Formats: sequence, structure tokens, C-alpha cells
Amino acid sequence: MIEVKNLTKKFGDFVAVDNISFKVKKGEIFGLLGPNGAGKSTIIRMLSTLARPTSGTATVGNYDITKNDGEVRSLIGLVSEKMILYDLLTAKENLWFFGKLFNLSKEVLLRRIDELLDLVQLSEWKNSQVGTFSTGMRQRMNVIRALLNMPEVLFLDEPTLGLDPQSSVEIREFIRKLNRENKTTILLTTHMMVEADMICDRIAIIDCGKIVALDTSSNLKKSISGVDTTMLKIGIKNLTQDLIKSMRTLKCVESVTQENSTYIKVHAHGEEAFDAIIDSIRTKKGKINSIENLQPTLEDVFLHITGHEVRDKADQKIPLERHRGFMPKNRVR
Amino acid sequence: MSARNLFSHSFRIAWKDLMELFRNRMELFLLILMPIFMMGMVGFIYPSEASLSNVPVALLNEDMGFLGADFVLLFEEINNNTGMVAITEAQNFDEVREMIQRGDVQGGIILPSNFTSSLVGGKQGTIIVVADQSNPQISAALQGVLKGVFEEMGTMMAQQRLIEEFQVDPAVSLAMVKPFNVQFEDIVSGDFSYFDFVAPGIMAMTVMMSVMTGLPAAISKEKEVGTLDGMMVAPINRLSIILGKTFAQTARGLLQGAVILVLSVTLFGVTIQGNILLVFALLVLGVFSFVGLGVVITSFAKDQSTAVMMMTTLIFPMMFLSGVFFPVEQMPWYMQSISKFLPLTYLASALRKVMVLGAGIPMISFELAVLIGFGTILTAIAVPVFKRAMTR
Ligand SMILES: Nc1ncnc2c1ncn2[C@@H]1O[C@H](COP(=O)(O)OP(=O)(O)OP(=O)(O)O)[C@@H](O)[C@H]1O
Ligand SMILES: [Mg+2]
Repeated sequence: MIEVKNLTKKFGDFVAVDNISFKVKKGEIFGLLGPNGAGKSTIIRMLSTLARPTSGTATVGNYDITKNDGEVRSLIGLVSEKMILYDLLTAKENLWFFGKLFNLSKEVLLRRIDELLDLVQLSEWKNSQVGTFSTGMRQRMNVIRALLNMPEVLFLDEPTLGLDPQSSVEIREFIRKLNRENKTTILLTTHMMVEADMICDRIAIIDCGKIVALDTSSNLKKSISGVDTTMLKIGIKNLTQDLIKSMRTLKCVESVTQENSTYIKVHAHGEEAFDAIIDSIRTKKGKINSIENLQPTLEDVFLHITGHEVRDKADQKIPLERHRGFMPKNRVR
Repeated sequence: MSARNLFSHSFRIAWKDLMELFRNRMELFLLILMPIFMMGMVGFIYPSEASLSNVPVALLNEDMGFLGADFVLLFEEINNNTGMVAITEAQNFDEVREMIQRGDVQGGIILPSNFTSSLVGGKQGTIIVVADQSNPQISAALQGVLKGVFEEMGTMMAQQRLIEEFQVDPAVSLAMVKPFNVQFEDIVSGDFSYFDFVAPGIMAMTVMMSVMTGLPAAISKEKEVGTLDGMMVAPINRLSIILGKTFAQTARGLLQGAVILVLSVTLFGVTIQGNILLVFALLVLGVFSFVGLGVVITSFAKDQSTAVMMMTTLIFPMMFLSGVFFPVEQMPWYMQSISKFLPLTYLASALRKVMVLGAGIPMISFELAVLIGFGTILTAIAVPVFKRAMTR
């Protein structure tokens, strides 16, 4: 449905998207996952005909994005990073305005507006100005606005940006439902591993304008966690530094990280790893509360492939004590 | 079908913009306030009439003779009827100067000590009028009015002498002293003031300013907020975006123009001789003639404030060079030639002809042709530039 060939976008000398190629099948949910500034939005803007590629081509539904941009536009829906809504217009007026740009007839449009508002539980706010809505409500409006023309291909640029976990889950469910029921092909971007993991059929990991990995979520995970690797989260009642130190000396253990006063995370390899770890705890008279065999997350995959954590340059300037680890929800805009 | 779509989408966009405008009370309020201020300001800067009332002046009679006293009496009598000046007597020239410097009076009338003797001796009697140079507007008016009054008084005196000393028939005496009678007549009837000259220009300028700053601001605002993308990904001709925006801004500009028109007629006594519809049609044509420039600037400007800055820089010289406030004919030749390249010059001139002189389309055909020419050229440049700039 979408075919991208050697797509490149430069801003002056800066290469934002670097010779990218991939294909998205019909009815697939395809994720572009990468840190801030990776070039995800730029890819979406080119595919939705809002930006001209510097070189390379892409087709959406067999239409070239530069030569047949008009045809492409009639196939697609776009949920962009910035909300495409007029604050001074009501929910209905907003949808009406954009629907009319798609030449929808009055009956069809009125019916669809009601259906869509109903779908995201905004019916009772139909005649309220969008400026008075909460971020979550606005984002739901933003998503259904892109669905007015029942697009075959839907581009979603960070659809859960700035939403609380509850609303994020709702939007994700909605995206999946859309894909299941209407067979809509969806290309979405996110910088959240969890999100990509949960809804995407396939994921392309983007870093600095390049695709560094492209596969299904489970294959990506397998690529770092062979039979050989073990990741354990162990709860020890009387956890001591001495115990952690002794565990680190084990040959099979790669790293031990302390999560809090009772939990540690152990990354180990080799067949005897499990036994060796348990033994070392026993010798130090550690009382084991719980053991959990962890699945590697996409975060680990990202770390493994790129060699650095999912953080953009701006985030790195934030002092470490305030910004420990990967905190997607705290993204500053 | 495509042309129909182009227009129906443009009107959707224009309608949406106007709806936003009408929901934004503050903006709407300022929009209407602006032309009111503008007219008020012009009213303050330019006294509307050349007539005077109760302007304080000093009167110094250094002449001891009988003609000087007669003259003062007659002048005071005339002044009692017209009330043009408020007279304060002064004792000597220094006092007159001091009074002017203090700002107590705005001018002085001095009869020198040889006034009577000169007249009796068959010479001209001199009357000196001194004016407050720091206020050129008043002093020009004062000089003009006093000169007229004194000449009239001189004529009467001369007539008197002809009748008394040479027994001339009173009926022909006036023709002997003053053989010419200059009459000013207008080609349309009515009283005309500076406002009649300036109102059409201010209308043209306000509409232009409104559209020229409004259009770049409106487009770059949507670009910044991100809503422009919503229109850009819809399967519509991108031309309808500028068209729609232009329609909305034109409506906004015409609203301001209408405010000026109503104010001019109700408060400043401007009479409109020509067809009102033609006035508005001209304003619309005027918008067409320079809107291309606005579009080009929108395409180049990165954000809203840059766009507005660029526009303002362009508008200021236009305001002064296109004959809105001062007639183009009064400018030096090089300024006149610059003004020939400004569409506003032709718009203001055409509007003036229609509003003040009641001209119809044939009389303004030159201006119409120039405006259409400007519009066609600028639009032909603007459309491709805009289309390219929108997908960077
Ligand atoms: N119009 C532009 N002019 C210059 N540079 C740009 C422009 N748009 C994007 N960039 C640069 O291109 C790079 C990629 O930007 P892009 O918005 O695609 O990143 P992203 O992956 O969407 O990041 P985020 O997660 O923050 O949205 C950034 O470094 C950005 O500074
Ligand atoms: Mg982005």
C-alpha cells in the first residue's frame, strides 16, 4: 500500500531523513519508532504530500507522492503532531468544515459526524467550542477529523502525545479497532516502545534519519534475547550491597541493576545462569520473595541496536537525578 | 466541475475564517475601532475649514491720525459680525512679540505711526500682520483671512473717495476700483472640505492595509498552529486556500471601509456624489490589484510576526506616496514617479473621482485598466510562488 524508495529529506545541509526504503502492506499497522528528532514526522509529512522529498520517491496506493499528489491526498487521512482544529469553532463545525473540503454530501457528512463523535464519546460536546476541550478530548477530535473521508491509509503522528495512560489506551484501542473493522492501513509514529509494541504489526526503528531495524515486535526482541540470555527480576527481602557485589563477580552475569530496596534486575547468559544466581543469593543468606523471568522490551532492543538509550539531545541536558531512565510521559514540548 | 469546486472550497474557507472572526469579539472590536481612530486623527491634524473663529490676536495702533482710528473702528465692527478674532490691545511692538511668545495670542495686527500721513499724502497705508510661526496652520489661515478682510476694507475706502471727491456714480464705483470679480464654482454642488479629499484615500488605504497585513497574518498563523496542514492534505486545489483567505480578508477590509464611509458621511459631512456600489466594486478591484504582493510575502515569511513586519514596512511609504493625504501633484518629481508604481495611487484617485466628482466608469477607465494590469501581473507571479512555498 505504501512503498518508500530511497527517500531523503535535507534541510540545508542537515539530513533529516537519510535514504530510507520500506513497504507497508495493505491493512497493516506499521510503526515508525524513534527518539525525538529522528525524522519520523518528516517522513510522514513527505508521505502525506506536505513536504517535498529532496530525493527518492514513494507511492501511496500506487500513486506517486510528488507526481500524483492530488490522488494521494484523496486516499489518506492525517493526524499530525499539531492538532488540526479551530478552537473558536464547535466540534461539529470543525468536522463539517473539513468534511466539506472532501466534497461529502450533506446527508453523508451529517451521519458520519454523529457516528464519529459517538465513537469517541464526544456527542454531548457536539456544539461546544473545541477551545474549551481538555487535551484528551481535543486529541480524540483530532483523530476522528482525519477519519471523515474514511481514508484507506491513515497517518498518525504521535497519536497519544500528551495523553494520560487511560486516554492513551482508549486511542490505541480505537486505532486497532479501525484497522480491524475498516481494514485501514495505518502508519504511525511514536517514541514510546510500549506503544509500538502493543499496536504495531511491524516496526521500523529510526535513529538519526535512518532505519536501524525493521521487523515484527517479537522478532526484534528475539534478535537480542536468544535462548542464551536470561533476564530476571528478583525480589530479596534482606537485600545488601554485599550480595549484589558478589553476584556481579559471577562469570555468567552481565549486569545487575538495583531497582529499589528489594528488587534487582539481573542480565545473564549461559545455561547455568539461573542456578548460579540462585546459589549466590543462598550463600549470602538472601531471602527470595519473588522471581520473574523478564521479556526484553523494545527499549532493550533500541539500546542494543543503537548503543544509546532512547533520548534526544534536549533530554540529555536535563540533570540525571531528575531524568533517570526512560520516561516517555514527561516529554517536554 | 473543477472551477466550481475551486470556488465552493474557497467560500467554505472564507466562511470558516469569518466565523472565527465573529467569534473573536476583541478582534472584531479593534477592527471597527481602527478606522474610527484613523478618521478622528485626520480630523485633529487638519482643521477642516479655512475660516477662523475667535483666534486671539493683538492689535497695536501706533498711528495718532484720524484714519488709523477709523480703520480700527471699522475692523472691530466687522469682527463683531464675523467673530473671527478676539482682539487684545497692545501698547508697543515688544508687547506684541511677548504675547505671541507666551502663547496668549496667535498673531498681531500693527498700524505703523505713518498710517494716516501716508494715506493723506497720497501713498499706500501699510498694515503689518505678524503671525505665530510655530503654528503654520493657524498663521496661514490668519494671514489669508486678514488679507481678504483688509482688501475688502480698502475697496470700500476707495469707493467712498471716488463717490465723495470725484462724484462718481455709486453704482459704477465698485467696477472702477475692482474691475475683476473672480468666482469659484464647483462642477458638482455642495460644500467641500479637506475630508472630501481625504476620505476616499483613507478608505482605499484602510482596505489595503487590512488585507495586506491580514492575509499574511492569517495564513502564517494557520501555518504555525498547524491547521493549514489540514487544508493542505484535503484533496482540494491549493489555490482555493489563498482564494478563500483573500475573500475573508477582503470582507474584513470592506467592513472597515464601510465604517469609514459611514463616519465620513455622518460626522464629517462628506457627501458621496457617485454610485456607492461602484465605490465598493472599486475597493474590491483594489484588493485584487495588490493582493498578489501579500501572497508573495506570505510565501517567503517564516512566521506571523515576520510577515506582518514585512507588510508594515511596505505599507508606510505607500501611505504617503500614493496621494492619500497630500495630492501627488504637490510632490517633487522623483516622488511623483515612485507614486506611479503604486496601485494605491490609482485606487485613491479613482475613488476620489467617483465619490467627490460623481464620475462613472468611463471617466475612470484609465485607473481601472492600471489596477487590472497590476492585479494580473502580481497574481501571475504570486500563484506559482505560493504553491511552491507551501510544500517545502
Ligand atoms: N522545517 C524544518 N527546517 C529545518 N529543520 C527541520 C525542519 N523540520 C524538521 N527539521 C529537523 O529535522 C529533524 C527531524 O525532525 P522530525 O520532526 O522529523 O523529528 P521527529 O522524529 O518527528 O521528532 P519528534 O519525536 O520530536 O517529533 C530534526 O532535527 C529537526 O530539527
Ligand atoms: Mg515528530
